[in-house]
Amino acid sequence: MRTEDLIKALDADARDKAMPLGKAWWLAVGVAVVIAAAVFFTTIGPRPDIMPAMHTMRFMSKFLFTLVLAVSAFALIRVLSMPGASTRRAMAWMIAAPLLVVLAVILELFVVPEADWGKRLVGTNMMICMSFIPLIGIGPLAIFLGMLRYGAPTRPVLAGAVAGLLAGGLAATFYAAHCFDDSPLFVATWYTIAIAFLTLLGAIGGRLFVRW
Amino acid sequence: MTGKDEAELSRLLRAAIAGDERAYADFLHRIAALVRGFVRRKIVQGGVDPEDVVQETLLAIHVKRHTWRPEAPVLPWIYAIARFKLIDAFRRRGRRIEVEIDEIADTFAEPEAETVSERDINRALDGLPPAQRSVVSSISVDGQSIGETAAKLGISETAVRVSLHRGLAAIAKRFGRQ
Repeated sequence: MRTEDLIKALDADARDKAMPLGKAWWLAVGVAVVIAAAVFFTTIGPRPDIMPAMHTMRFMSKFLFTLVLAVSAFALIRVLSMPGASTRRAMAWMIAAPLLVVLAVILELFVVPEADWGKRLVGTNMMICMSFIPLIGIGPLAIFLGMLRYGAPTRPVLAGAVAGLLAGGLAATFYAAHCFDDSPLFVATWYTIAIAFLTLLGAIGGRLFVRW
Repeated sequence: MTGKDEAELSRLLRAAIAGDERAYADFLHRIAALVRGFVRRKIVQGGVDPEDVVQETLLAIHVKRHTWRPEAPVLPWIYAIARFKLIDAFRRRGRRIEVEIDEIADTFAEPEAETVSERDINRALDGLPPAQRSVVSSISVDGQSIGETAAKLGISETAVRVSLHRGLAAIAKRFGRQ
């Protein structure tokens, strides 16, 4: 088939319209949030004392970390899925969430006596944390990998890893409402491990499934 | 020349997305020539036929045209897809190459004409289900319209459009998977 002939076929197919990618991403995030919420509320649910907890800085700081991670990962994955779009600014914003966690850890180390560091870090919930963040995040991750197939990422492995970070940030936001361990020492350790697992899964998914 | 190309090409693609088929044909012809120039300059050692990469790029641009934002420049989008398909073509043939990401080199890509030989796309076409294959080759190789193809095959125009769309998507996917 000559290229001329191919163009005739492509032109005849011009009428078919797909949803613009930017809009599709918003839709995908909406569906992902609904799925994550459904898994969260039918399994562990929020902690019973969530209303008083909302008046404490430590509890609220968890949402700051996870939401900043989710928002920055969302901005990055959008541009990663559009060929030729500049990723530099979105990439730079990815430092924000880790930076906030590091700052909070330093503050915590100042405020809490050294003898309590270990107890705060280990907490009471680490197994639940490490199983439920991936469990809540796995559905959203599948949706985001599907979106990468719909898009056109020229760096599929990186885009897959960012899909994992986005799913992890989203899942951790829900999980944080359940968990009693509010210390930044706990969050920096166990949340990070759980989100890293989703990130690895996303990178593998990007390598295997995101071909176009 | 790049500034003029950019404005003209994004105008054509915007018109095409709004439903102007003639603008789309014009757009595709222009980018075929541009991408051909780009790919030929990048392929210095043998093993990969530039025209195969041109065709893969055109197909990818077609099935992924919803990934272009109408307010974004169109040339970086086109070259990013061409570069991805070029690297992919080398990877499939078991070679590794470095394709520089410099934008300046891209702007030197001059439009070039096609050369004819046996194509990867023919193999992909042969792999389609018979109904899709006959529709795609009727419109492309035989150069018939949607209406003529529908009359010849004794099916509705809608069925022709569906088969064409699915057939092209399947060919594009086959290139990605290889």
